[in-house]
Amino acid sequence: MLTSDNAFSTALALIMSMDSALISIVMLSLQVSLMAVLIASLLALPLGAALALWRFPGRNAVIVALNALMGLPPVVAGLCVYLLLSRAGPLGEWGLLFTPTAMVIAQVILVLPIIAALTRQQVEALHGEYAEQLNSFGLTRSRMIPTLLWDARFALMTVILAGFGRASAEVGAVMIVGGNIDGVTRVMTTSIVLETSKGNLPMALGLGIILLGLVTMINAIAHVIGETAKRRLG
Amino acid sequence: MTIYQAPPVATLQLENVSFVHRGNTLLKPTTLQLAGCHRTLIMGPNGAGKSLLMRLSHGLLTPTSGSVHWQSEPPAQAMVFQRPVLLRRSALDNLTYVLAINKIPRPELKGLSRKAQAMSALEKFGLASLAKRPARVLSGGEQQRLALARAWLLNPRVLFLDEPTSALDPAAIKAVEDAVLEFHHSGTRIVMTTHDLHQARRLANDVLFLHNGELLEHTPADDFFTTPASPEAGAFIRGELVW
Repeated sequence: MLTSDNAFSTALALIMSMDSALISIVMLSLQVSLMAVLIASLLALPLGAALALWRFPGRNAVIVALNALMGLPPVVAGLCVYLLLSRAGPLGEWGLLFTPTAMVIAQVILVLPIIAALTRQQVEALHGEYAEQLNSFGLTRSRMIPTLLWDARFALMTVILAGFGRASAEVGAVMIVGGNIDGVTRVMTTSIVLETSKGNLPMALGLGIILLGLVTMINAIAHVIGETAKRRLG
Repeated sequence: MTIYQAPPVATLQLENVSFVHRGNTLLKPTTLQLAGCHRTLIMGPNGAGKSLLMRLSHGLLTPTSGSVHWQSEPPAQAMVFQRPVLLRRSALDNLTYVLAINKIPRPELKGLSRKAQAMSALEKFGLASLAKRPARVLSGGEQQRLALARAWLLNPRVLFLDEPTSALDPAAIKAVEDAVLEFHHSGTRIVMTTHDLHQARRLANDVLFLHNGELLEHTPADDFFTTPASPEAGAFIRGELVW
């Protein structure tokens, strides 16, 4: 019988055992999601800022598309990357399907719209406040971007965390492009799916609790860093 | 001690400059020349177009018609706003930031590191003890002085100030006015808006009087306050509300 009690004790036992298989799953999960968030941030922060500052025909359409893509179902993202990377696909030669790299690519596609759309919002608001002063300094729009991103850094940290939340929680994309191969592309969410379908519910729940714990820890660290910096800088 | 002699400031010429926003004419065609190193005060009731005229002159806004041009190379300019826009960094970092943008130091600070230049500006404006404090938690008066210190480092030949003292207490107002005079002594033309008559009497060499988006007078300060040419200006000086 499944009780929360034996799920917790399974989780605890899993952590205590320092099982090497479990550790490799946890490490791979973190590696894939953190790498995806890092790449997505490097692309999406300047992209969102540029979208906030430039007016061009079709700008509203781009904003609506980005906002809509925030709700892109992970399985659809996974399917698109699968089609691109499969042997018959345009990038099939790279042989990336069913590798952690493919999982990172799929998660970048999921995370990028979230970070870009929310960055656009934050930077646009800040630009409203700073525009006259920065114009008075004689800054061009492209030179305003680093200033605005840096001054919006506390809000953007939350934006990046939202992206990380999406990456670490999704299962559909990594399942399709990774294939849940034991020891190669198995991450926490795909393991949970597997254990649930095997009927090993305490194990599935145990893994779920560990995943939740990890995500909470990363958010807590980011929060403490952010709050300390905010208190120091006002 | 070497005394730095500032070269003459380029003349600013506005020709038939007007500004229309959503069908409303906010500034009627205005022709105006600002020459020499004067302290020019732009006066008029709320909504007269004072800030607008200043923003057009500084180049923050593009006129709907007419032209704004400098009769020679546009000089270095800076603007201090009614509510200072300070970056979310320490007071010192706000100053080193503009030094990184504007790579030409003030002549008397040449050869100093950015940090040393910034510290000297903080000292000059009585803010040295606040260097490490976040700029945005400073008091209103301190923030405005920091904005002036930042403008000082830009070594402007023309300084625009948009009602810089409207939200300050008398001591802070005095500090800002002293700073404005200091800028002027160092050869900077001052263009400032205010609706405070006493302040205008203290600071103005000449006055631009605006009413309902129309420039009614550009006269030397003494003439403006004793014998204003337009009835609107007369009413404004007597404290009778003009709309």
